[in-house]
Amino acid sequence: MNTISKYMFSIIAFVLITSCGNNNNSGNTGAMNSSKAEKVYVAPGEHDEYYAFFSGGYSGNITVAGLPSGRMLKEIPVFSQFPTSGYGYSEETKPMLNTSFGFVPWGDAHHPDISQTNGELDGRWIFINENNTPRIARVSLETFETEEIIELPNSAGNHASSFVTENTEFIVAGTRFAVPNPQRDMPISEMKGQFKGPLSFVSIADNGRMNLEFQLNMPGFNYDLAHPGRNKSHGWFFFTSYNTEEANTLMEVNASQNDKDYIAAVNWQKIADFVKNGGGTKMAGKYAHNVYDEKTHTATSTIKDGVITVDPRDVKGAVFYIPIPKSPHGCDVDPSGEYIVGSGKLSTDLSVYSFDKILAAIEKEDFVDDSYGIPVLSYENTIAGVVAQPGLGPLHTEFDGLGNAYTTFFISSEVVKWKLGTWEVVDRQPTFYSVGHLMIPGGNSRKPFGKYMVAMNKITKDRYLPTGPELEHSAQLYDISGEKMELLSDFPTHGEPHYAAGIRADIIKDKSKKYYELSENEHPYVAKSESEAKVTRNGNEVHISMTMIRSHFSPDNIEGVKVGDKVYLHMTNLEQDFDVPHGFSIIGANTSEILVMPGQTKTIVWEPKREGVWPFYCTDFCSALHQEMQGYIRVSAANSNTPLKFTLDDE
Amino acid sequence: MKITLKLLTVLFVTLLISCGGKEEQKKEPISYGKKEVTVKTESAKEKATPASKKIDLTNKGVGPISSISLGEIDTAMAAEGEEIFKKMCTACHRPNKKFIGPSPQGLLERRSPEWIMNMILDPEGMVKNDPLAKELLIEFNGSPMANQNLTEKEARAVLEYFRTL
Repeated sequence: MNTISKYMFSIIAFVLITSCGNNNNSGNTGAMNSSKAEKVYVAPGEHDEYYAFFSGGYSGNITVAGLPSGRMLKEIPVFSQFPTSGYGYSEETKPMLNTSFGFVPWGDAHHPDISQTNGELDGRWIFINENNTPRIARVSLETFETEEIIELPNSAGNHASSFVTENTEFIVAGTRFAVPNPQRDMPISEMKGQFKGPLSFVSIADNGRMNLEFQLNMPGFNYDLAHPGRNKSHGWFFFTSYNTEEANTLMEVNASQNDKDYIAAVNWQKIADFVKNGGGTKMAGKYAHNVYDEKTHTATSTIKDGVITVDPRDVKGAVFYIPIPKSPHGCDVDPSGEYIVGSGKLSTDLSVYSFDKILAAIEKEDFVDDSYGIPVLSYENTIAGVVAQPGLGPLHTEFDGLGNAYTTFFISSEVVKWKLGTWEVVDRQPTFYSVGHLMIPGGNSRKPFGKYMVAMNKITKDRYLPTGPELEHSAQLYDISGEKMELLSDFPTHGEPHYAAGIRADIIKDKSKKYYELSENEHPYVAKSESEAKVTRNGNEVHISMTMIRSHFSPDNIEGVKVGDKVYLHMTNLEQDFDVPHGFSIIGANTSEILVMPGQTKTIVWEPKREGVWPFYCTDFCSALHQEMQGYIRVSAANSNTPLKFTLDDE
Repeated sequence: MKITLKLLTVLFVTLLISCGGKEEQKKEPISYGKKEVTVKTESAKEKATPASKKIDLTNKGVGPISSISLGEIDTAMAAEGEEIFKKMCTACHRPNKKFIGPSPQGLLERRSPEWIMNMILDPEGMVKNDPLAKELLIEFNGSPMANQNLTEKEARAVLEYFRTL
């Protein structure tokens, strides 16, 4: 006993000594860390100050996080099926993912942008683009649901999107992969001069409805990113382009030959007027336009054909090219609208153009060249300044509204803060690792909320506990309220957040919908009370209108369903209270569960393949009697005569 | 050293107690597959009046309604209340029988009008703050009364309908 206790004592003593020593060593950083911790700490039950909407990249969705905590609040399904809620699986939402290529269960979401009024974020909607099957989606910031998706015909690689003008008049889409327009069978090697890079302009109505107004049929370069002019440059759009070489193979070498590529400056107001007055020609092009109706809780998909195409040479004074060093990526406009920042990703300098100088050069017809008939302005006479060698691989720039710009550098893994006008570098902070976009809430508007900045990194490596070969991407939150940027915290983000949009929480949180009014539900198979619940047969189609409330289904016993039937289970949640969804699933269903919000109706199809008595249940823990929220459907042989019967408690 | 020894002893004893605490539990025999349970054993405790049968006309409950004066039955209002009841309440309440929740028949002989309206308008608050409402929740197997977000006017109409039952 004595020996053991001595042994234990020495271990305890050793542990104590070691831990004390550690404390002493890290005393200073500890104090600093605690003040950083306070800045990101949101006490239990309290709310974050900002919403941040991260694109999910190849997840196809948007994830919502709170800032400064970095806590994930929700994943909004947009371009991808989402079994968690049944989006893209339920009969009502399947049309949302329809395209001219048929049902596409997945998308590559890139750049979210929040609607604006007078150049300020108004928090009505958030838009996001899809790169692979070119589309733009509109998500309601009342319901946090995708309400509309429009496909863009004749386009490929919709990367330069979805950026809104300052009164949400237009949203744009680019073509990152030049393609034949219209599409046709031709040798790839003959692309030069034959391929096009159409830029799409989609209008937004007051109720949010999107309409493809026209496409500007630009020369076949790769239109990569875009930003609308704002304030004094409102009415213009700026697009970066690369591959002015028009190469079609080994692009990493062949598209990097020219010293300069172009920024396209487009006076969209002029072109919109031109189209309004009958300009442009109608070109073939099939595209899907999918709209979700909040009253019927159902989406409809319409295939449309034809789009007004405008040849940029036909509208005088509307489209110009401005040379920019080496394969530019980011194209950002400062809050005043005077400065357009181009990031030549293979250059070490940042080129900042002056809107006034661009206008003056156009006025004087100070053109140095022409590219397929589009006037090229002089680099020297449009440049406002150059931020010389701030880092390697400049990508994107955001603004704090206080005269500072923040640019990410992918290769040197850092964010550099510099001053507009003097072009001097003020500060630089490392990111972990290889930062792509950055986001300052409102940084894309006239009035940024210059308190926080989030760097979205492409590479995670050792930032978190390892989780096998695949890691969630890392983001870093910086406090930018002082002269120097201060790294506050790391947090993981889902998919690949190319870009994000942030907004002060108070602008949208009070408008957030709590439940859908049952009385306003216009779903054709709604059962607004248990007395309206019913089962009807039409040939081998069986429609079951079933209700859900804590904690039972009505009806919960159904007989007379046969093997080979196509059973539509229309579930209505009768609850009229906040945060009481019910879920539904049934054994043998070849689809996901559905999560039905209070007042909503959702449908899944079940095709029973075997005779038997099959249980169904609520998938969302709804009350103390959740486990009792279940029922049975009896399935008889295809040729049986079991009568149709549906009951709850034998009634 | 002596202190350490004492501490260690205490630690070991604690460990021994927590590990060795194996209690033989006598289990009631349970039979499975019974078609119907017919045996009812009534203890003295179970004979106590269930919450749904208790009469408490002075308790106004806890919630937005503090005073209601009832006049002659307003038949138009009662008819309106019946419609609302059918739409919003019948998933759990049937007018003439106990269902998921109790029947509202004769409710005004057991509860004050204020209590009834508070229960409709803020069931979560009532279950938390009103002992009788809490007892009812237990009597009805923990099945919560759903807040159907009726307006005060709608709840008042439902109350009028209850007066006709």
